[in-house]
Amino acid sequence: MLGLIILVGIFQSWNVALSIFNMCLISAVMTMGANIQWGYAGLINFGLMGYAALGGLAAVLISVEPVQEAWVAGGFSILMSLWLIVAMVLAIRFVLKNFEKSKIRTYGIATIIIAGIIIIRVTSETSIEAIENVNPATTGFLGGLGLPIMFSWIVGAFFAAGLAFIVGKVALGLRADYLAIATLLISEIVIAIIKHEDWLTRGVKNVIGLDRPVPYEIELQTKEWFINLVAKFNSGKLDLISSITDKQSALNQLVIEGSSVFVKLCYSGLFLIVVIALLIVTQKALYSPWGRMMRAIRDNEEAANAMGKNVVKQHLLIFILGSAIVGIAGAMLVTQDGLFTPGSYQPMRYTFLIWVMVIVGGSGNNLGAVLGAFIIWFMWVQSSPMGLWVVEMISNNVQDSNTWVEFLEDRVFYLRLIFMGTILLVIMRFYPSGILPEKNKEL
Amino acid sequence: MEFLNAIILLLNYIFMPALTYGSQLALGAIFVTLIYGILRFANFATGDMMAFGTMVTILFTWYFQSLGISLGVLPTALLAIPFAIVLTIGYMLLIDKFVFRYYRVSKSPPVQLAMVSIGVMFVTQAVVRIIIGPSDQRFFDGEKFIIKAGEFKEMTGLNEGLAIKSSQVLTIFVTIVLVSILFWFLNKTKTGKSMRAYSDNEDLALLSGIDPKRVVMITWIIAGILATIGGALYGLDKSFKPFTYFNNMLPIFAAAIVGGIGNPFGAFLGGYVIAFSEIFLTYAYKKFFMYVLPASMEPETLVQLLSTDYKFAVSFSILVIVLLYRPNGIFKGKVL
Repeated sequence: MLGLIILVGIFQSWNVALSIFNMCLISAVMTMGANIQWGYAGLINFGLMGYAALGGLAAVLISVEPVQEAWVAGGFSILMSLWLIVAMVLAIRFVLKNFEKSKIRTYGIATIIIAGIIIIRVTSETSIEAIENVNPATTGFLGGLGLPIMFSWIVGAFFAAGLAFIVGKVALGLRADYLAIATLLISEIVIAIIKHEDWLTRGVKNVIGLDRPVPYEIELQTKEWFINLVAKFNSGKLDLISSITDKQSALNQLVIEGSSVFVKLCYSGLFLIVVIALLIVTQKALYSPWGRMMRAIRDNEEAANAMGKNVVKQHLLIFILGSAIVGIAGAMLVTQDGLFTPGSYQPMRYTFLIWVMVIVGGSGNNLGAVLGAFIIWFMWVQSSPMGLWVVEMISNNVQDSNTWVEFLEDRVFYLRLIFMGTILLVIMRFYPSGILPEKNKEL
Repeated sequence: MEFLNAIILLLNYIFMPALTYGSQLALGAIFVTLIYGILRFANFATGDMMAFGTMVTILFTWYFQSLGISLGVLPTALLAIPFAIVLTIGYMLLIDKFVFRYYRVSKSPPVQLAMVSIGVMFVTQAVVRIIIGPSDQRFFDGEKFIIKAGEFKEMTGLNEGLAIKSSQVLTIFVTIVLVSILFWFLNKTKTGKSMRAYSDNEDLALLSGIDPKRVVMITWIIAGILATIGGALYGLDKSFKPFTYFNNMLPIFAAAIVGGIGNPFGAFLGGYVIAFSEIFLTYAYKKFFMYVLPASMEPETLVQLLSTDYKFAVSFSILVIVLLYRPNGIFKGKVL
């Protein structure tokens, strides 16, 4: 797999190769999250995109500088609304604890929720408008805490874990396919909220220019040591050029290319640390008594229950853990891109594609998850260039079929969907346990 | 007079759109529920299968239009639908033969079949986009309105106009006819009864000599009819875009589950429950209250419970509530 990426580096460019590699690493983290839930415990979570989006939101809320004007304009009543939400939750808890289950109780809770929503809307409406009117072109939201963005990787995990706790409480009792649909729809709700609550997330206006944990290309290009480094790396190529001005311009070109490669390498390093750390932890967990218990629960819930294992609690725990990992991946993704676009969180890309990775790699095997992420992401990105190449080959050999070639060139992009579908179907049919099957059956 | 105006307003902006949208959802939801009840898996390719049916309808419509055939006031698509149904059924049977049958015969768990349907979803999505492209297609021709808002105002002398689009009437009418035929088929004919028996208890049905292959085939045939007509009606009323069809899968699932998955009648009603609540909760009632309340009490805000951005979120919240309190749906599920 790495060989293929290196081939891309040689034939296309190192920039492309490294960006594929980085996305592979991020996908690997997401896949590991899904794999923990599905492979260890047999829980289907189709809500991955919701957790990834929450991770991204964490990156925004941590790293963006707070917008003072907006806080002045409406911060107070937003805080009050938060308190109202807390009060609402407490009231519902109180009712749940102190009254017996009955129709009246159900209606009571419904009334509390509806009344709460109306009160919150009325109290916060004007201040939300005020916040959104503060410099709408650049801010128009409350901003974040102004901390280094790396913190958000942890905070994103906590955000996702919090959501997973709520979802798990609500939905984990459901049967497998119901759970899949329920998690998918709940994450759609989360995305809808992120998309439309502009005061918090800027919504579809996107947040751009987030802080970076690594140096900027422009700064690198002016640094003495970096230029020397590039010159040293390419000394063979540069020595061939005789005239000094040519040499200088070639060096400049190389420095510009090199700087973006260098930045990507920095990201790769950071992501690799996360992936390797997660691999070690998940692998240790899998072979620990806890991992054995999880597999026992997955393989036979009743027997595990009879042995005194708390199935419900363990399911909730693993659901939270897996989702938290997906949250980390979401934060990593936003960190790498430097922008947060709520509109881009689509089930196709952030749920179903990740699931293809899990199934292809081998459910229950962490290395398989990583491998699946690499293979599938590589195919996903490279299938349209490959398709285009084929179309060009055809068009070179066939005369006057312009309309057909144009038609094909337009549609080549969707070949990736066919690839994904066929890979998934073939793997499910002939290698149901994936490329790297789970191998600890005898333990 | 004021009161009449208010009612017309609600009819125009809530009742008719919700009824139309609900009918479209209902057809999709019955499709989901049939597959779930008889073939026993959640079909994630629902939206894309509907898109496939609609795409074939559009292709036939274009073909007929190029031949100069039209139905006058009615959209040409009506003529195209039967041909599209045949092709869609063929596509579904093909997929069933090459993909789903293996898992059915080897009695795989439903989760595995659901995963496989995701593979089918990818492929179908690609097929649709490669053939017709990802962009918006409008293929409604013929008379657009039965009653225009202006004409209605003139006729009745009211302030509020009631516009009835022919696509709306068509949708509701076709849905009612189709669903009644379907229920008659399921409840009265021998084949329908055998399908219900198969859904209820597979082993017992096999024992009493019901041919499973036939049941499966008929299920896919009905599914093809529902998918094509449901999709085409949605496309006629709004427009055809593969991406929207994929997204429509979610409210369709919500409708099927709310109505009790496996129960066609529940799915039928579930579609309307979802559609009406989506529109009720996101409609701005300001104008309505302006008619009903005296001038001094007129509201200043839009009087909107939720902004329209949350349309989808409403249906999903309903689903979550239903799952919490009645996991089997409003009408008990799994009794076809």
